[in-house]
Amino acid sequence: MNKVPNNKAWWLVLPVFILVAFSALIPLMTVVNYSVQDIFGPGNAYYVGLEWFESVLADERLQDSLLRQFIFSGAVLMIQIPLGIGIALMMPTTGKRASLCLILLAIPLLIPWNVVGTIWQIFGRGDIGLFGWGLNELGFDYNYTANTGDAWATVLLMDVWHWTPLVALLCYSGLRAIPEAFYQAAEIDRASKWAIFRYIQLPRLKSVLVIAVLLRFMDSFMIYTEPFVLTGGGPGSSTTFLSQTLTTMAIGQFDIGRAAAFSLIYFLIVLLVSWLFFTAITHLDKQK
Amino acid sequence: MKMSKRKGFGITAYIILLMLPIYWLLNMSFKTNQEILGTLTLFPHDFTLANYATIFTDPSWYSGYINSMIYVSINVVITLLVALPAAYAFSRYKFVGDKHLFFWLLSNRMAPPAVFLLPFFQLYSSVGLFDTHIAVALAHCLFNVPLAVWILEGFISGVPKEYDEMAYIDGYSFPKFFVKIFIPMIRSGIGVAAFFAFMFSWVELLLARTLTSVDAQPIGAIMTRTMGASGIDWGVLAAAGVLTILPGLLVVWFVRNHIATGFALGRV
Repeated sequence: MNKVPNNKAWWLVLPVFILVAFSALIPLMTVVNYSVQDIFGPGNAYYVGLEWFESVLADERLQDSLLRQFIFSGAVLMIQIPLGIGIALMMPTTGKRASLCLILLAIPLLIPWNVVGTIWQIFGRGDIGLFGWGLNELGFDYNYTANTGDAWATVLLMDVWHWTPLVALLCYSGLRAIPEAFYQAAEIDRASKWAIFRYIQLPRLKSVLVIAVLLRFMDSFMIYTEPFVLTGGGPGSSTTFLSQTLTTMAIGQFDIGRAAAFSLIYFLIVLLVSWLFFTAITHLDKQK
Repeated sequence: MKMSKRKGFGITAYIILLMLPIYWLLNMSFKTNQEILGTLTLFPHDFTLANYATIFTDPSWYSGYINSMIYVSINVVITLLVALPAAYAFSRYKFVGDKHLFFWLLSNRMAPPAVFLLPFFQLYSSVGLFDTHIAVALAHCLFNVPLAVWILEGFISGVPKEYDEMAYIDGYSFPKFFVKIFIPMIRSGIGVAAFFAFMFSWVELLLARTLTSVDAQPIGAIMTRTMGASGIDWGVLAAAGVLTILPGLLVVWFVRNHIATGFALGRV
């Protein structure tokens, strides 16, 4: 679409600008301000330069938590994206069954995140939960509050349960946008199922997949409430992800300067990785 | 199609697995605590509504739902009011710094809420908005407004510009054109944007909990009260959980047709 150059359009954008400036710019400036000071109390702060940043980057607890976070987000993407595509391909395309499927798929997305944690907390327990009880009955020594491996598996499973429907819904809408003529042409060519998927469906899904990968990366990288309710970050600190480490530091220990420096690094990592994903995927697009 | 039977089986199996944890919560909410802790039963043998009665008769319980509904509604209204004109501007006009502004907006969707916890707390305390619904609604605008602008921009770009020009020739003023003609044309886009604003505000707890203490406390924060000295009251916890799912179900029911048709046009 040809856009008309018109600087008066700023008036239309102004409300958004003011609102987001109030709710993002001011707080962000506060964080930057804190990150270069050591604060002992009101009116008792000293400029410390980049000391907090150095101490945060050297902190082993944070490095561990960052590593865990990357493993978690990587696992989330590797499971949810292919699974979501698969589910979207299986979904009925027309009629009442299609809308029923859409509604049922959307349900996990609409559950408050702490309730998602609660659901799995109950579901995974060996004494009162179907999942935990079932696994124990089958002879597995499953206990998500005691074993690190089980805790990880449960947090991952919970996230897959919670968010794969989003990927599936996005891919479903992408698939619906493919004209019927493409399939008819493929039928005339006697293309195999795989060829249809590889050369018709997958390329057409690229734009929604960009969105799905970005959203899933960002949200899994910021995950807080669900594992906090489910495992509380334990056993030990084996499922303590970045947001929880940060929240403990900022609210729990009130270690403001260090938390602020950590916040900025955290935000930068999310921005950087999102940008990398985005350019990598759009670059792939151009090569073809 | 030969595959359709296998596909039908696959999707049915998936949906059953998807619904199982929710069924378990529902099942538990109708049980007494003796039954929950006693034997594992696949459906409530000793059916009871006592857990729900506890919630509906205690103001400190049900006020949590009211608080959550209030700040979510305020958030959806603010989000749509500011995002609509902005999305129109981004879609139709070129102006100084438009691209930078757009990406800056989107970058806020990528900000971890935990980062903003402390500054939000201090900001809203200093302007006297701490523990009000509007504070939570404004805080949630941080991620909802960028998303809404993005979704709406996609929908608006799908409407040919000739409509704007025709309305202009017909003598419509811009505000009149926008409200009378344009908004009805992109109503499915508005439905989708409202749906996502509702959803992300309804499910968020970290900011909502930090910015409130008593008067505007969301249901998610109240739910932690079930952990008493005598252990967790599982029945009430499950009932409270089930009740948090219902508003979402209602909303998704209302926008189901828009979602099916509109998803493909917009972006999430």
